[in-house]
Amino acid sequence: MSKTITIDSKAIPFEEGQTIMEAAAAAGIYIPHLCHHPDYTPHGSCKLCNVKVNGRVCSACTFPAMEGQEILNETKELNDDRRKITQMLFVEGNHLCPGCEKSGNCKLQAVGYYLNMLDNHFVHFFARRNLDASHPEVLIDLNRCIFCTLCVRASQQKDGKDVFAISGRGINKQLIFNAESGLLKDTDLEATDEAAHICPTGAILIKRTGYHVPIGERIYDHKQIDQVSLETEHPEHGK
Amino acid sequence: MKQFIQNLAEKNGYQASHLLQILKAIQFRYHYVPEGAIEQLAGLLHIPRTRIISVVEFYSFFHSYPKGQYELLISDSITDHMLDKINLTAYLARQLKVAVGGVREDGLVSLDNTSCTGMCDQGPAGMVNGHALTKLDHARIDAIADLINQQKPLAEWPAELFQVEDNIRKPGLLLTQQIGHGAALRAAFKRGLPETLTEIEQSGLRGRGGAGFKTAMKWRFCSEEAQSERYVVCNADEGEPGTFKDRVLLNSYAHQVFEGMTLCAAIIGAKQGFLYLRGEYLHLLDKLQGILDERRKAGLLGSNILREGLDFDIEIRMGAGAYICGEESALIESLEGKPGIPRNRPPYPVTQGYLGKPTVVNNVETFLAAAGIALNGGGWFANVGTDKSKGTKILSISGDCPCPGIYEYPFGTSIQSVLTDCGANDVLGIQIGGPSGAFISNQEFDRKLAFEDLATGGSFIIFNNSRNILDIVHNFTHFFAHESCGFCTPCRVGTSLLKKQLDKIHEGHGSAGDVAALEELCRLVKKQSHCGLGQTAANPILTTLERYPELYQSRLKKISYEPGFDLDGALEIARRMANRTDAAAHLAQVGEDHE
Repeated sequence: MSKTITIDSKAIPFEEGQTIMEAAAAAGIYIPHLCHHPDYTPHGSCKLCNVKVNGRVCSACTFPAMEGQEILNETKELNDDRRKITQMLFVEGNHLCPGCEKSGNCKLQAVGYYLNMLDNHFVHFFARRNLDASHPEVLIDLNRCIFCTLCVRASQQKDGKDVFAISGRGINKQLIFNAESGLLKDTDLEATDEAAHICPTGAILIKRTGYHVPIGERIYDHKQIDQVSLETEHPEHGK
Repeated sequence: MKQFIQNLAEKNGYQASHLLQILKAIQFRYHYVPEGAIEQLAGLLHIPRTRIISVVEFYSFFHSYPKGQYELLISDSITDHMLDKINLTAYLARQLKVAVGGVREDGLVSLDNTSCTGMCDQGPAGMVNGHALTKLDHARIDAIADLINQQKPLAEWPAELFQVEDNIRKPGLLLTQQIGHGAALRAAFKRGLPETLTEIEQSGLRGRGGAGFKTAMKWRFCSEEAQSERYVVCNADEGEPGTFKDRVLLNSYAHQVFEGMTLCAAIIGAKQGFLYLRGEYLHLLDKLQGILDERRKAGLLGSNILREGLDFDIEIRMGAGAYICGEESALIESLEGKPGIPRNRPPYPVTQGYLGKPTVVNNVETFLAAAGIALNGGGWFANVGTDKSKGTKILSISGDCPCPGIYEYPFGTSIQSVLTDCGANDVLGIQIGGPSGAFISNQEFDRKLAFEDLATGGSFIIFNNSRNILDIVHNFTHFFAHESCGFCTPCRVGTSLLKKQLDKIHEGHGSAGDVAALEELCRLVKKQSHCGLGQTAANPILTTLERYPELYQSRLKKISYEPGFDLDGALEIARRMANRTDAAAHLAQVGEDHE
C-alpha cells in the first residue's frame, strides 16, 4: 500500500523523497508558486507555496511529504496571505504591466489574477533599479526582478555557467552579473541559454521578440495559471 | 596589493570557506574591498567573483567603496539612545567634521551607525576599526577626535578608551566557581561518555540561545548520524540587542566554554570545532587564541586529549556584522564563507550542518553549563529552577537601572526580584529577550523567568517612566528591517513595510485604519516568514499594541484618510523658488473631519 498525505481532506499518494509540492502536482493539485520550477533545486524563498502542515506553516516546495500529514492548501486564510505576499512583490519592484512586453506571459501577473489581486494594497517603494541593455540579444530590467533565483539556478544547473547571483542584504538585494565590468554583455550568457528564458516576470527578455505573440493570444490570456502550471510543469495532468 | 592578497590566500589554504576571514584582513588594511582584490581572489579561491561580491555586500563590516582610515561606528541599540547617543554622535561628527554615514574629504575618517555592539551596560558604545569603544562622553570624544586628527595609530591610543568591564553583579550556580582546567573532561572520561550524556539529559539543560531545545537530545541525534565526520560549533554571534553575557563568559570563563565544546566533541565524535565570534568582539580574539594555545599545551586540545584517544581542536572564525548569523543555519552558511542566509529545514544541522556534515550548534552559555554538569552531575543543575526550566539563566541587564551588568538567576525567579536586585525603580516596562522577545508592562512583574513563561536568551532592558514606548518600538522595528537577510518575501518586504507603516503613525501621519493595517501586516510577517528573524520582527509592535492600544490610537489624526507624507512640507522647495510665503502658497494636508 502506498503512503498518503491529505491535502484539503483529499488523500494523495506520495513516494519517499518527494516534497509536498511534487506530490501535489503529481496528483493534479496546484499550489501557487513563483520561485519553484520542477527542473531545479527548490529554493523556498517566495513563500507563495506556504501551506499548513498539521497546523504549522511550511513551504510546500521544500518540505518533504511524510505519512500522516494533514495539509491545508486552498483555504481563504492561506490565499489571503498569498495575495498579500504577491502584493509585496508588486510594491517592492516597479511592475507596470500595461507597458511590459511580458504582460500575458508573466507568472507574477498571472498569480495576481489567480489570487484575485485587485490593487497593490501596500505603499509602493518606487525603488531605483537599473536596466542593462548592453547585451546584443538579451535585456535585463531589474525593476521587475523578484529574486526567485531561477536564472541563477538555471545558469548553474542547466547551462553549466555561473552568469547570475543575488547580492546585497534585505530590501537592498539585487541581481548581479558575472563580469568584471558588471555588464551583461561581458558575461558568457547566450540568448539560447535556459537562464535567458526562465524568468517568471519581465526582468529577463529576449530582444526583438517581445510582440511576436500579440496581446490576447498569450499564455495567460485565456487560461489561469493553475491549469497552465499543471499542463506545462506536469504534462501528464494536462486537460 | 597583489602580493598581500596572494599571501593572505595562501595563509588561508586557498579555502573558500575562509572568505570572511580573508575579506576582514583586506577591509582592515585598505578600508574597503577593492575590485582588483575581488578579481584576484576569485582566481585564487576558484569561486565566481559574484560569490565574493555577494559576501561583501551582505555583511555590514565589508565595503565596496573606501571608508576612512579610521572607521568609526556608533552603536544604535536602544540603550545607547537612552544614554544620549544621538547628541553625542552629532558632537563627534562636528568635532571631526564628518557627516554621519559619510567619509571625510581627506579620507582620514568615516562615521556611521551600527547595530548593537554588545556593550549596553557601558554605553554609549562604538567601534574604531573593529575595536570596541565604551562609555563615550564629551571628554572621550574630544580625545578620540584629537587622536584621529593627529593620525595616532590605534596601538598608541590610551587603553582606557578600549576598557571593557565584565560587571558581574550577581553570580549564581554557574558563575560562582570556575572549574579547574580539564576537570570536567576528566570527570566525563572517568564516569564514561554515555553516562555523562545521561547526566546532561537528567540535568534538563535546554539551549540557552533562546529556543530551548534539549541539549542532550541534540547531542544524541548528532552522535547517531551515519556520517562519521562531525562538527561542534559554538554560537558566539551574540547579536540580540541588549545581550552581552556571552562577551563576559568568553572574557572570564572561556576555559569552561572550550571545555564544554570538547566534551561535546568527545560525546558526538567530532574532530573539529568552531567558535563563531561576532565581529564586534574583535577585542577578545587574541585573548581567546591564547587560551586555545594554553589548552593545547596542557593536552586539553589537539591529539590524544588527556591520553584518552580524543582528537579535537577549535578554530575561531569571526563574523562581520550580520545579526541573522545568530540563526544556526545562517551561521553555518557564514562559516562556509557565504552570505548568512538561513537554510531550508529539514535537513537540520544535526544531520546536515557544516559542509553538509552532522553538526551541533550551541550557545556559549550552553557549553558552559554542560561542562559544569559533566563535573558536578545532572542533579546539581536539575535541583535548581522549575519543572520545565532547569538550572539558572544568565541575564544581561541594561537600561534604566543603577547597576547594569550580568546577573545569574535560577529559572522561576520573578521579574520583581530581578528589578529589586539591580535597583531599578519607577519602571514603565521591560523588554525581555531583546527586540525579538516581548515588552512587558509594570503590571506583570510577578511573571517568571522560565521557558514556560518569559523565555529569554538573556537580554533584559529596563525602561523607566520617562521613556516613550513608540520610540523604543521604532528603534527595534528599524533594526529588523536593517538586519533582514532578504531571502524570503514576507520578511524582506514585510520588515520594510512595517518600518514605513510604524513611521507613518510615529510621525503623526497615521489615520483611522492605519493601526489595524499595521497589526494585519504584523500577523502576516510573523506567520509566513522563513526563519526566526521574520517570525519575531513584529513582536515589538505586537507586544506593545496588545498592552497599550491607546498609545497607538492617540497618534492618529481624526480624519478618515491621511497621506503617508507631509504635503505642505513637500511644497517648501517650490515656495522658496517662487519666493512666496503667502497663505495661498500653503496647502492643508487634508481637512479634519467634523463630528
